[in-house]
Amino acid sequence: MIEFNTEPKKYKHWSLEINPPVAILKLRVKEDGGIKPGYKLKMNSYDLGVDIELHDVVQRLRFEHPEVRSVIITSSLERVFCSGANITMLGLSSHEHKVNFCKFTNETRNAIEDATKYSDQIYITAINGVAAGGGYELALSTEYIILVDDNSSAISLPEVPLLAVLPGTGGLTRVVDKRNVRRDYADYFCTLTEGIRGQRTVNWNLVDQLVSRSKFEETVQKKALDYAKKSKRPKNEKGIKLTPLKRNIYKDRILYENIVVEFDRKKRIVNITIKAPSENLPSGTKGILELGAKFWTLAMARELDDLIMHLSFNEPELGTWVIRTRGDADKILELDQTLINLRDNWLVREIVLNLKRVFKRLDLVSRSLMVLIEPGSCFTGTLLELVLAADRSYMLEGNFEDCDNLPAMLRPTEMNFGSLPMCNDLTRLQTRFLNNPEKVKNIEEQVGKNLDAVKADKLGLVTFIPDDIDWQDEVRISIEERASFSPDALTGMEASLRFAGPETLETKIFGRLTAWQNWIFQRPNAVGEEGALKLYGTGKKSTYDKKRV
Amino acid sequence: MILNYNEKIPNNVDINDDRRLKRALERWQPEFLNWWNELGPDNSKDLEVYLRTAISVDKDGWAHFDYVKMPEYRWGIFLTPSDSERRIGFGIHKGDPVWQEIPGEYRSDLRRLIVTQGDTEPASVEQQRQLGKTCPSLYDLRNLFQINVEEGRHLWAMVYLLQAYFGRDGREDAEAMLERHSGDPDKPRILEAFNEETSDWLSFFMFTYFTDRDGKFQLASLAESAFDPLSRTCRFMLTEEAHHMFVGETGIGRIVRRSCELMKENNTEDIREYGGIDLTTIQKYLNSHFSVSTDLFGQELSTNAANYYNSGIKGRFGESKIEDDHLLHDSGYSILELLGDKIVTKEVPAINAVNERLRDEYILDSNLGVRRWNKIISDFGFDFRFMIPHRAFNRNIGQFSAYLTTPEGGIISKSEWENRKDDWLPNNNDKKFVQSLMQPVTEPGKIANWISPPSGKINRQPFEFEYVRFN
Repeated sequence: MIEFNTEPKKYKHWSLEINPPVAILKLRVKEDGGIKPGYKLKMNSYDLGVDIELHDVVQRLRFEHPEVRSVIITSSLERVFCSGANITMLGLSSHEHKVNFCKFTNETRNAIEDATKYSDQIYITAINGVAAGGGYELALSTEYIILVDDNSSAISLPEVPLLAVLPGTGGLTRVVDKRNVRRDYADYFCTLTEGIRGQRTVNWNLVDQLVSRSKFEETVQKKALDYAKKSKRPKNEKGIKLTPLKRNIYKDRILYENIVVEFDRKKRIVNITIKAPSENLPSGTKGILELGAKFWTLAMARELDDLIMHLSFNEPELGTWVIRTRGDADKILELDQTLINLRDNWLVREIVLNLKRVFKRLDLVSRSLMVLIEPGSCFTGTLLELVLAADRSYMLEGNFEDCDNLPAMLRPTEMNFGSLPMCNDLTRLQTRFLNNPEKVKNIEEQVGKNLDAVKADKLGLVTFIPDDIDWQDEVRISIEERASFSPDALTGMEASLRFAGPETLETKIFGRLTAWQNWIFQRPNAVGEEGALKLYGTGKKSTYDKKRV
Repeated sequence: MILNYNEKIPNNVDINDDRRLKRALERWQPEFLNWWNELGPDNSKDLEVYLRTAISVDKDGWAHFDYVKMPEYRWGIFLTPSDSERRIGFGIHKGDPVWQEIPGEYRSDLRRLIVTQGDTEPASVEQQRQLGKTCPSLYDLRNLFQINVEEGRHLWAMVYLLQAYFGRDGREDAEAMLERHSGDPDKPRILEAFNEETSDWLSFFMFTYFTDRDGKFQLASLAESAFDPLSRTCRFMLTEEAHHMFVGETGIGRIVRRSCELMKENNTEDIREYGGIDLTTIQKYLNSHFSVSTDLFGQELSTNAANYYNSGIKGRFGESKIEDDHLLHDSGYSILELLGDKIVTKEVPAINAVNERLRDEYILDSNLGVRRWNKIISDFGFDFRFMIPHRAFNRNIGQFSAYLTTPEGGIISKSEWENRKDDWLPNNNDKKFVQSLMQPVTEPGKIANWISPPSGKINRQPFEFEYVRFN
């Protein structure tokens, strides 16, 4: 089982030094520290384990260190910054692991950009040696790139010429979309196994600054301090500790504090129930700070994030996630109001930004998402996003026979109108009603109001509203039927339907770059017996099927 | 409106305890009655008809006779009693317990099969709605109506499955069955054979003999289904379908007998001027109805049929009596194929030939009645013999639809077909002539000149019995 929970003292590959307002994150990959056996992580090459630590530290810096205003990513190996994903590892990995790995690393790169942009915790990269493939892509996700000018350290994206795959961690997209490198130069750059060094890297805007070895550290430090000065992160605030998640994993069940997960392996579904908080909630920043990681919105989001990653990597055959909620919807309303009222507080901002990233991760899962809205549920505001993220939703009209609960209700809050955008930069409601802003407005007029099934249906919030007579069969048949379809076709279909609207850097990375990469990962030219990934390191030359597809 | 459904709708499916069914039927039943009044037998709503009503599945319960006004007929819902031990008999789920619910995986296939089967039931009522006006006797009129109400009941049976097992989609499908109409240019019935009016009684008997026999084979295949409620429904329907074919077979037999009598009396085969239907014309009607009905079995090689078989939702005729592995993954089956200008046999994967096998069984079965009609002719001492045409003849579906053939299966050119088709299929003259004979006879004990009285009785009532009362 792949474990995503970690903490700095357990890190094998990264070290974190904090000298406020700057933090330095140094990569020194432990060669024998691979997450799976069979390969050595030489030359600061990475596997998922290395990236899980990176993901963890980026997350912690935001919550635990408000005093950190800029972060330097560099390496503590001589002459090597990072040589990207480990090729032997890729060659040994199953297709779905490669795809999941690629998605996860992309999400971490996006989180780095997100921290820079929205948390004012600005990342810069100090490339102190060779930066190949994923190494350079890591740098691309930061705000500023400084390359050591030592006549040997080169940056490169050698995937195409060397490995017959793509720089799939955002490299191709960020080179042209973010750094605006001219496409013909980019084309040339991406076909060079040896990469580029020296002045040309700056001339083509592949890096921001070139610095000699002797002045390197000093320049990097200065740049980090410059950025720290610009940052609007709070002063004199104490961070909160991201305490380990309480989680019990059983064969067919996972219990978190706020989420109950049950597997139906025969039907290949995961039943996920998110519970609303039951205690009294804090209303001010002091209370939230005191609760820290126990504050419901943060706790639930961290658990959901962990669950999404766990299921994505460890339960590939459970193809449909059936999501329910349970508990006091008024509590969610209250929480949302608190989050909105205190939105200028740094911690509240982090909590909401984290929620945004978790829901984005949910949007991107290669699983069918179905939401069931039943009496006793609490799809209000923050949790209403789940309904909007789902591929399909069923809301019970009226009540179950012999049940005296109140009928199920949906309730929009301000959270649904801007705080939690998808990776297309639109809200889920804007995406749902693309080019129909009046429909979004109709729903905005209902903020804070309970909407029963008929109203929710009329407003376009749910897919179907069977009554209790039809409920069981409609839901069962729909889940069973979906489980019988090709998982590949479903993934492709869902990914195509979920992201209506404009392209962004992120949608391009996931919808275009990753999709192409996943196709290439299946092709004999990469993974066949004579494919480049298979033969890498054997000294044999790969033979390609020359037909262009 | 609170109704006691168990009384109003005879059934063995506990309608009164099934909220979903009750609600669905509350809405559907008035629509059904509207449909019946609009498109059921024309001008018949005040007639009192001596009808059989199924009131239970017991030995005696399915044949309860009384005078009924048809709109008040108690259309019931009956399934052959369940067998808790029943296992799936074929396909990849062979040996598993049968399904009491629709597996989501096969929802759309089952829905399509049930809708297609269900659609034929009201269609035939619509096709036959004018026939009552030209009945040759009260006995025949009563049989027509019996068939009509039973086709109505078969619709109920399929609607029951849709409403009980398919949720909202099923209810919509049930309503759509009343919205499509036979021959409607905008919303026709699904299968082509059910879009032509049955305009005379010779056609009616041919239809019940040949087209209802397709129904028999389809129902028998569905009776093998792993979806138990479908299987049980179809098994009960088969008992009624047998009666419809009986009406067809004896009806044609009585026409043949009368024609032979006229031939003998007048010493000529050309008996039209004596008000009888000549055997050649009967053969033409036979050719037409047989070939149209043969189309109903679909393509010779069918992926759908293979999928249905593999997944266990539609089997072969008499599946359990067939001695093979009931999987058909490796076995072959011989079908006919055109090679050059000759029809030859060819071995194909059996699982793709499930339709063709059913068609083969159907053709064999169709021959039995034809032999009995020929026996009547030979008993009269005449040499004429009816012949079932070759399966390649006059086809609109399947590989043979691309060719023109003689009734014997010889490939011919378009011009030859144009020259000779009037010898093989009813032409306008034939139709006009048959139509001219269709004059109503509604006096008890009397019968039209072109058909002989029946030898059998209905519920031990003689031919003279007043089977239909006109008030």
